[in-house]
Amino acid sequence: MMWVDTVVQGILLGGLYALFAAGLSLVFGIMRLVNLAHGDLIVLAAYVILLVVSVLGINPFLAAAIAMPVMFAFGWLLQRVVLNRVLGEDILPPLLVTFGLSIVVQNVLLEGFTADSQRIGAGSLETASVAIGPLTLGVMPLLTFASAIAVIVGLNQLFYRTALGRAFRAVSDDPVTASLMGIKPASVFATATGIAMVVVTIAALYLGMRSNFDPTIGPARLIYAFEAVIIGGLGSLWGTLAGGIVIGVAQTVGAAINPEWQILSGHVAFLIVLLIRPRGLFPRSHD
Amino acid sequence: MSLLQVTGLTARYGDFQALFGVDLTLDAGEAIAIIGANGAGKTTLMRSISGVLRNAPEMIRLNGAPIGALPPDAVVAQGVAMVPEGRRLFASLSVEENLLIGAHGRKDAGYWTLQTVYDLFPILKEKRHVPGVSLSGGQQQMVAIGRALMSNPRVLLCDEISLGLAPVVIRDVYAALPRIRDAGAAVVIVEQDIGQALKVADRVYCMMEGRITLSGRPEDLSRAAIHDAYFGVSA
Repeated sequence: MMWVDTVVQGILLGGLYALFAAGLSLVFGIMRLVNLAHGDLIVLAAYVILLVVSVLGINPFLAAAIAMPVMFAFGWLLQRVVLNRVLGEDILPPLLVTFGLSIVVQNVLLEGFTADSQRIGAGSLETASVAIGPLTLGVMPLLTFASAIAVIVGLNQLFYRTALGRAFRAVSDDPVTASLMGIKPASVFATATGIAMVVVTIAALYLGMRSNFDPTIGPARLIYAFEAVIIGGLGSLWGTLAGGIVIGVAQTVGAAINPEWQILSGHVAFLIVLLIRPRGLFPRSHD
Repeated sequence: MSLLQVTGLTARYGDFQALFGVDLTLDAGEAIAIIGANGAGKTTLMRSISGVLRNAPEMIRLNGAPIGALPPDAVVAQGVAMVPEGRRLFASLSVEENLLIGAHGRKDAGYWTLQTVYDLFPILKEKRHVPGVSLSGGQQQMVAIGRALMSNPRVLLCDEISLGLAPVVIRDVYAALPRIRDAGAAVVIVEQDIGQALKVADRVYCMMEGRITLSGRPEDLSRAAIHDAYFGVSA
């Protein structure tokens, strides 16, 4: 029974990693941009939520709802003013620029909020749990997982049911021909990054409520996000969820065997998947 | 005043100059053909007009307004739509989604809607939910043409629409042309097939090495003159 519990906890943890990864997957899928600052942007969003919580004294979910449009605007501007300038045939400039952005975000947060670790308080929700059969599941992990599903369903609906999603896919296939159809790739990219930042804000909400954070933890979140995206197959959102679950389960199973192995076993699982399926579990058919 | 007027158009890719002062006019309702061998500059001309290659503003005018420096999305919004060489359907979009994308830049309603495009190419209605790139070459070409029509263009640029298609399929594709013209679009057809071009166009421009070497009405042009303009004058 303990193993079932371990695996279920791992699946729920996978929801958190899928949330970390969904924004990265979205941006990569549309514009082939690998955003090395993704983890730091999650941490930035966590501080924005924390700021709203402490200034307005409202609950973290409401605070996140206020932070979302702020982060959308930030993402839109970031893409419009900075990232659109470096997109092109060569993949190196965007890597360098987002690497630099990562350092800038970390240091701005350090200046603004010090190196003290912070937490977004969620009151009794932090320790609440429900018993399902023989298992006892935390409400917070369940909420995280449900949010991950909701985010991925939402993004899929956006992609496959709306004119904006159609434009996303067309630009992703062929930006030059898309522009011949009247689409402005630069503004489509800006909207995509804005939406990715809304997803980042949701990820930040759970990051901040579930654990302590400080300005330096971004890059480690980036690694988990990366691994989830690559295990799932580049550009596939459901694959990203599957990738998050693979890492989550590997971590909890590893920790159950030996607590020192938690982080390591997640990375090992990633390497094993890469060895067996180099293109990930659900690669896109065309690319 | 011509609907579309190209004046002294030059274009280069880095050090390589592809167009040397091309002049061309297209009147409302007219169909012109641009013929020439591979590398004559036909596709470069299309890329310049559609905005993929930027030029000096006044080199290309639409209804007198300079559009030479506009980006492609702005050119479409002005009413110039392109059927690109090689069809370039969007691989992750269904037939219908490919058509709907064509309406993205449309400002005003017009004759062309999903319904009228399906009337023009009935096979596309049957296949509307399958991926565009899974169709046969001729059907893909119909999608590419339909997609361009969805913006209700005043000028339709068709780049090598018969390329790689069987003769019987080419006939089907070209059969759509009269109705496209009736609906109000002036058409620029880029062709390597001289016979096809002479059959459908009101006027023909022949290009060689980045220059217009001959132009006129098909009935006024002798086979020998076209041959010389196409391949160069033999010594």
